[in-house]
Amino acid sequence: MAMEPTRDGFGEGIIEVGKLYKNVVVLSADLSSSTRANWFKEKYPERFFCFGVAEQDMICAAAGFALSGKIPFACTFGVFASGRAWDQVRISVSSMDLNINVIGTHGGVSVGEDGLTHQALEEISLMRCLPNIAVIVPVDVIEAKKATIAAVKYPHPTYIRLGRNPVPIITKEKDKFKIGKANLLKKGKDVTIIACGSMVCESLRACEFLKSKGIYAEVINLHTIEPIDKKTILNSVKKTNAVVTVEEHTIKGGMGGAVAELLGENYPILMKRIGMKNFGESGSPVELLKKYGLTYANIADAALDLVKRK
Amino acid sequence: MLDKSKKLDVGKLETIAKEIRRDILLMLEQAGSGHTGGSLSIVEILIVLYYCKMKHNPKNPKWQKRDKFILSKGHGCPALYAVLANLGYFPQEDLLTLRKLGSGLQGHPRYGLPGIETSSGSLGQGLSIACGMALAARMDNMKNKIYCLMGDGELDEGQIWEAAMTAAHYNLSNLCGIIDYNKYQIDGKVCDVMNIKSIPDVWRSFGWNVEEVDGHNIKALFEVFNKVDNEKKKPSLIIAHTIKGKGVSFIEKDNRWHGVAPRKNELERALKELDLE
Ligand SMILES: Cc1ncc(C[n+]2csc(CCOP(=O)(O)OP(=O)(O)O)c2C)c(N)n1
Repeated sequence: MAMEPTRDGFGEGIIEVGKLYKNVVVLSADLSSSTRANWFKEKYPERFFCFGVAEQDMICAAAGFALSGKIPFACTFGVFASGRAWDQVRISVSSMDLNINVIGTHGGVSVGEDGLTHQALEEISLMRCLPNIAVIVPVDVIEAKKATIAAVKYPHPTYIRLGRNPVPIITKEKDKFKIGKANLLKKGKDVTIIACGSMVCESLRACEFLKSKGIYAEVINLHTIEPIDKKTILNSVKKTNAVVTVEEHTIKGGMGGAVAELLGENYPILMKRIGMKNFGESGSPVELLKKYGLTYANIADAALDLVKRK
Repeated sequence: MLDKSKKLDVGKLETIAKEIRRDILLMLEQAGSGHTGGSLSIVEILIVLYYCKMKHNPKNPKWQKRDKFILSKGHGCPALYAVLANLGYFPQEDLLTLRKLGSGLQGHPRYGLPGIETSSGSLGQGLSIACGMALAARMDNMKNKIYCLMGDGELDEGQIWEAAMTAAHYNLSNLCGIIDYNKYQIDGKVCDVMNIKSIPDVWRSFGWNVEEVDGHNIKALFEVFNKVDNEKKKPSLIIAHTIKGKGVSFIEKDNRWHGVAPRKNELERALKELDLE
């Protein structure tokens, strides 16, 4: 299967929106090459702005641009966009509900060798608790490009979480992508697996494995965590009555947390959240995903367990 | 658009300053809470900007070519609200809704109220927003100016210095920072709490054009705002020496008034001192 990092999808998307919309500007906090912001810089240097290692300044400057009719994309690593500059995002982005797009790359433990300071594991929680911001975790390079383009037209702030390492390309150009509309990838009847980002592909593998055991899993790509697609999720779990959520992110308040909130109030069923329960560490991405239980085998085990307990 | 026909009527503006101080005290008393000291210290700065210096249009707050003012020390908003109401951005009666449920006059400025360019109140963010606006204005070949008023205690925030670097790096001569140098912050005197040895030197070393002025002298303020317009390469910073609580003897330099509103009897005493009518 062809593999590319989702951050490259942002790079491709931002070049395209740069061409289409003259009021798009890109802001960067000294990670222009890592975030792929420099792909835009090469084409549109006059609309590209460096802020040095100053995430808080960059986020508020983005608000200044948005208040002046520009559509800014502010780019840095997810840890810094969400954690370091959270109050700036809260006041200057979320509360003013402007069209500001925050790009957080290096999401998840699969960042690898840089270790825990650089592995963003809490941004989904930190961003989704703020009003107005759409929180998007594209599944592959194609979807990341679509999300970037969609963010320009979306009349609210977005946070787009991207990954560092190549991940399998599982969608096609012609597949529909709409902010807030989850994609049902596999139909099943025994258990629903809801995943985002790199964990979608693992979930599809788990689905294949489960099939060999006679269990039919439904797989949902929940690329938008906020606003959450209540309808697609409820339709699915009403059929299956069991749900596994999978994310490369803390299970506390993240995508699994969002699904738990939804189901707790609307349709409580057996549930298992798979994700990070602690900080990561240095190591190769493959080693880390294995160590922290983020593989298809872990997902399949959880699904089997739920089906047994039904 | 306001006619800022350059002829400075100091006497008239001084009367307006008194009216604004009266309104600040009235609205704070009604609200029962709010920041008295740091509102009274910025009155002349706001008056010179809004009545003589800035191009803006109360009838069309979103007028494209307007100069923009950002109150980074958002807690001083009673002063800004009083000025905006006096100019007709919203009805004068609204002032008495300050801090009340459903009012546009929130405890700290909220984007959406006519004349308010950005939300503020979490200290340290305004200058960065101003930089974004100044960069955007330059992209669009606009001739307008962006003003940003900060507190002296607010300078403790690291983000201020990030923005100070940004403005100098991009030679944002269309940006003018102002410091309400009233020498106090919540925990006490700025020099005791977190002493910046020399505020002008620090900003100069960051690459700013720095001026100092008596922040209650209308003529001097007007002159210095005009003077910094000549600076075409660097961002400018005006350090306005002010008195926290200015205009009311028992509030002046008494830092207990930082975040306290006057009670009825105190309001009456203060209004007598202002000697209006
Ligand atoms: C980020 C942040 N921290 C703390 C506060 C609480 N606070 C409000 S005013 C103030 C003191 C500000 O001092 P200064 O800028 O000198 O204002 P002034 O004395 O002119 O009122 C503080 C700490 C805040 N509003 N924002």
